[in-house]
Amino acid sequence: MSDLPGDLLYTEEHEWLRREDDASVTIGITDHAQEAIGDLVYVELPEVGSDIDAAGEMAVVESVKAASDVYAPISGNIVAVNEALADDPEKINSDAYGDGWIVRMQPSETIDEGSMMTPDAYQEFLDTLDH
Amino acid sequence: MPFIPHTEKDTREMLAAIGAESIADLFDEIPPELMIDHLEHVPEAMSEMEISRLMRHRARMDGSPLCFIGAGAYEHHIPTAVWDIATRGEFYSAYTPYQAEASQGTLQVIYEYQTMITELTGLDVSNASLYDGASALAEASLMAVRANRRVKTGRILLAPGVNPVYEQVAAAIAGAQGLTFERLPQDPASGNVDFDQLPQGREPVAVVVQQPSFAGTLDDTDRLTDWAHAQGAVLIGVVNPTSLAILLPPGQWGKDGADIAIGEGQPLGVPMSSGGPYFGFMTCKQKHVRQMPGRIVGRTTDLDDNPGFALTLQAREQHIRRSKATSNICTNQGLMVTAATIYMSLLGYDGLVNIANTSHGNTTSLADGLCDIDGISRLYDGPFFHEVALKLDRPVAALLAALAERDILGGFDLTPIVGLDALLVCATETKTEADINAYIAAFADVMSADNA
Repeated sequence: MSDLPGDLLYTEEHEWLRREDDASVTIGITDHAQEAIGDLVYVELPEVGSDIDAAGEMAVVESVKAASDVYAPISGNIVAVNEALADDPEKINSDAYGDGWIVRMQPSETIDEGSMMTPDAYQEFLDTLDH
Repeated sequence: MPFIPHTEKDTREMLAAIGAESIADLFDEIPPELMIDHLEHVPEAMSEMEISRLMRHRARMDGSPLCFIGAGAYEHHIPTAVWDIATRGEFYSAYTPYQAEASQGTLQVIYEYQTMITELTGLDVSNASLYDGASALAEASLMAVRANRRVKTGRILLAPGVNPVYEQVAAAIAGAQGLTFERLPQDPASGNVDFDQLPQGREPVAVVVQQPSFAGTLDDTDRLTDWAHAQGAVLIGVVNPTSLAILLPPGQWGKDGADIAIGEGQPLGVPMSSGGPYFGFMTCKQKHVRQMPGRIVGRTTDLDDNPGFALTLQAREQHIRRSKATSNICTNQGLMVTAATIYMSLLGYDGLVNIANTSHGNTTSLADGLCDIDGISRLYDGPFFHEVALKLDRPVAALLAALAERDILGGFDLTPIVGLDALLVCATETKTEADINAYIAAFADVMSADNA
């Protein structure tokens, strides 16, 4: 398993969150998730400006073998989507924590960090899945 | 490919592997009160002998009338080779070819079919078919909502020429998902869209135009396509595949072309068979391909660089994506599509053009002859393809009944639809000059008998 970036928060749904300086949050799926899904062929993105509730459907990632929903880890407004994924969904495979980001949200409430995992906690979580 | 059922031993082994006693155990989770042991009004199973006899009897009831009805299903000559080839063991199943390693023939047929349909419609991609033309409109409407997310109205505007049955089916399927269908205003002289009365600000998610129209007329598809796009709508074209041999393909309508084209595939080698099975076709622009329901077969190469075929777009189907699938209509009409592909291959481009031109010529002769009779005139002015609406000076139903007694199916009674005494007639290439003259003479006869 590759190194987990230290400045991110992680969820049990295998999503990562990065707090930006302007209080928005960038969201993507983890390296573990992209590996499990396989080579991506299409990403369906939400509309910029739409409001999404936590656990609501945020995006769809489609690989050669499956189409999976990506659920919003927090409630908020979509302020940006990664348009580059339209032509190059494999950015998620090659750089899940960088160029493969999916959306940026403006949270509508304080983020409950207690429900998220630190890199170490997420690594432990992944280790339990391997068994 | 052969479809070999499991032996009893296979079944026992599989049940043992998952720890089930019997196949019935697999359905344990269905509450007993939901199980029914018989269906009312559905008769008991019949033996092969009994069912053959019943079907022969039913087939004889059709007789062999001279048919001048179109209205969505069209009698065309089907070369004998079409169904001889289509019913070979290798093709004689509509079963989905999930296993590429066992289905190369079927997959190649679908691939060739998609290629032909995209050439006819002038659009980028075709799916592997849908149930029929009417349900294809429902699927196209739902697809338009997915492809045009900015528009939230769920409002679909239909040109006056869209088949009223298609509207009913689309409303039945898509109505429960929040879509509404409204008609655009009609110019009474041409039967087509009244461009002076087009509504503004209705925010349609899609506009549907049928070419040729249900009444046989030709609408200004260029202007309607551009208008639809200016309204922010997706343009859905409903087209007759035979007509596309000589009419402008939807992909070339207006400045940007139709976004989605659908239609009834029956004219391409499928017998009328009292209404089915038929197949629907659907093509679209490349940019909408992810929103298209159904599956696409693609051509690829294997590890040894040999060409091969595989399902390339199926991840959004129900067997993988369940309730989130782009459609839960998943069964392609494989056998009908096989027949259509063979039909188009045998005819070729010139053959299809010939059929379209001959059908148009025959219908022109028929319309001219009928309009020479007192009390019959064209309902709409303007050009038509192979079907034309006529206005009569008296109720149509009695005339059609009198013609039926002479073994002539004289056309489709438009009266309930247009609110006038009107008849829709069609003469495809299957009608000879003698047939057409016989029909005109018979019509004149029943009219004068009615006068007497």
